Amino acid sequence: MDNINVSIDGIQVSIPKGSTVLDAARAAGIYIPTLCHMDGHKPLGACRVCLVEIEGGRGALQASCSFPAADGMVVRTNSRRVHNARKAVVELMLSAHRQDCNACNRTLNCELQDIAKRLGIRENRFEGEMPPRIMDTSSPSIVRDSSKCILCRRCVEVCQNVQTVGTLFAVDRGFDTVIAPTAKKELTEAVCVACGQCVLACPVGALYEKSHIDRVWEAIDDPDKHVIVQTAPAVRVAIGEEFGLPAGSRVTKKMVAGLRRIGFDKVFDTDFTADLTILEEGTEFLGRLKNNGTLPMLTSCSPGWINFIEYFYPELLPNLSTCKSPQQMFGALAKTYYAEKMGVKPEDIYSVSIMPCTAKKLEAGREEMSVVNGLHDVDAVLTTREAAQMMREAGVDFVNLPDEPFDEPLGIATGAAVIFGATGGVMEAALRTVYEVVTGETLENVNFEAVRGLEGVKEAVVKIGDIEAKVAVASGLSNARKLMDLIMEGKADYHFIEIMCCPGGCLGGGGQPIPTNDEVRKARMEAIYAEDEGLPIRKSHENPAIRTLYEEFLGEPNSHKAHQLLHTHYTPKALWPTDVPLDEVKTK
Amino acid sequence: MKSCNSDCCVPCEADIVAIVDKCGRTECNLIPILHELQRSFGYISDEAMETVAAELGITVSQVHGTATFYTLLYTRPQGKNIIKICDSPPCHLQGSKAIQAAITKALGIEPGETTLDGNFTFEVVSCMGLCGVAPAIMVNDDVYGNLTAEAIPEILDKYAACSCCCGEGC
Repeated sequence: MDNINVSIDGIQVSIPKGSTVLDAARAAGIYIPTLCHMDGHKPLGACRVCLVEIEGGRGALQASCSFPAADGMVVRTNSRRVHNARKAVVELMLSAHRQDCNACNRTLNCELQDIAKRLGIRENRFEGEMPPRIMDTSSPSIVRDSSKCILCRRCVEVCQNVQTVGTLFAVDRGFDTVIAPTAKKELTEAVCVACGQCVLACPVGALYEKSHIDRVWEAIDDPDKHVIVQTAPAVRVAIGEEFGLPAGSRVTKKMVAGLRRIGFDKVFDTDFTADLTILEEGTEFLGRLKNNGTLPMLTSCSPGWINFIEYFYPELLPNLSTCKSPQQMFGALAKTYYAEKMGVKPEDIYSVSIMPCTAKKLEAGREEMSVVNGLHDVDAVLTTREAAQMMREAGVDFVNLPDEPFDEPLGIATGAAVIFGATGGVMEAALRTVYEVVTGETLENVNFEAVRGLEGVKEAVVKIGDIEAKVAVASGLSNARKLMDLIMEGKADYHFIEIMCCPGGCLGGGGQPIPTNDEVRKARMEAIYAEDEGLPIRKSHENPAIRTLYEEFLGEPNSHKAHQLLHTHYTPKALWPTDVPLDEVKTK
Repeated sequence: MKSCNSDCCVPCEADIVAIVDKCGRTECNLIPILHELQRSFGYISDEAMETVAAELGITVSQVHGTATFYTLLYTRPQGKNIIKICDSPPCHLQGSKAIQAAITKALGIEPGETTLDGNFTFEVVSCMGLCGVAPAIMVNDDVYGNLTAEAIPEILDKYAACSCCCGEGC
């Protein structure tokens, strides 16, 4: 490709044609503050923090994120004029920003705070009227606080274009502008899948998870409660970031130790029920293959995805596996199998999960997720960020914690379960088991490379005995939409499709440490596969604790009892009130 | 979406689709489509926005966000007559606040409101290009300039709702 030469603050850089001035500055190792810019997305040019001076132009300062670099261009990024203009832009933002920074959940991890510090802002120069505050606490997963919003529109970009859900957009104009669902509705009145990608995109504290921290402390402080915790696969490769460790640090055993320090009575692993999911879902898949059931079968682990299909593709609900997610399978077993085994009453068990996810909070609250006397199977869901916050509150020195193992038996898991945390992982884990069950042969190479990686849609054909299984994997809802549209048009001949709501899978979930970008996702993904490689057992059906569970309690996969506890049903949801009556789109 | 009925003021889906087709079925024609809807139905209803979104393959929030960005596009029913008062500096200096107060006194509504009988909507707008005759108002497409507060009742009377027995507002 043709290169162009640009001078930035006297440094010459050669960059590809089509680059922006911001790209050029970065190539020259020069920092330009940005707020609305997101790598890999088209420039928004909304915040004006990245202003630079371009020699010989019309004299106006230009937004470097969107201004095309040209051959021979001379740019200044550090003149007094640039500095003063950027400072004024940020001061104006601060004049409409509720500055209770100590009480904000993004304090010390806030891009606005960071830029204000870099620009040397030491006073509030513009004080005046604040826009009215909209606090939307209606959603079980996500809180919106308009008083923190700087209108950068990064959440709009991910909600509209990455997830194609289209909940958030700018409403009204000028001083009255708010980023909100249509007609400034609350999130629960709007179509929101609770994925939390907006939370990851937010540079400030305008979007964050509905906290369950208080209720968990309360349970831990209650001597009558037996408080147990499960940890999702993607948490162990990310939580270290909350304590300053590099992305992709493998801290599984420190995480277990940290959770014990907080005061959980037992620290278990969602990976245990991820293995169980493979047995249940694999058996369901083979049943559908044999009995001409509805295909392609779609995975059902990701609650944001479940919300999405219930809203946007209710016709395809029969394709969805009836398996509950690993979180909910764990919750159901905690209050039945585990309660019996321990001799504890189900109502005395308080079951907590640590999830990389905000939609898991909504999922745990669904009314069908109760197997014992109307008790919630999962009582509280903490995001990775909240779990780290509880450790901070408990004075845990995370980095120097010793390594500790999970508790047994619900902490015993295989490598096949760990990879649930990455896009393609459920598919790979299922293939490892289905292959051996169908062929009766031992799978020599358990790595299915074709379904790995950050690519949005992946496909593979796998020969399993006489079957040529055609599988597909998608992560990010815009990619899920592509596959669903193919099915709707009758153009998809897949047997089995894995869908994860968030780009990259759960490792890029809305409950993960901030920042989460592609570089971070890659590092976490490498850590996930390294965890898998490091485990002695890498196939779900070889998990001894799962075998015991079936022998002692469930009978066999897809047994009556398994169906009662581990499977669920789905409900079509209306996109808006004037849409087709729900009865007409009820499942076939 | 409601199907077409005898009430001609309620846009039916076919009307909206016809407008989309007339303007061109692409995202970049969204604003002309919204203009045309308003011309036809007086305002852009939630249902119309949903249909337009579906027809253009964009999200409802995007249509709504665009419609609410422009002050000249209405997303709620407006009065039969729309009074616009300019409060940009030339009109302001020539006493537009007093005109505004006179209108409020005459109709009992503040800017942004509609009279209970649905006859008048009152709004403050930016410059209408009538600085030469400031302070100025527009009622629908009619211009009134060099105004005094005393002139307001007589102007509004021209647009008063009919008080005869027909109930048609004739």
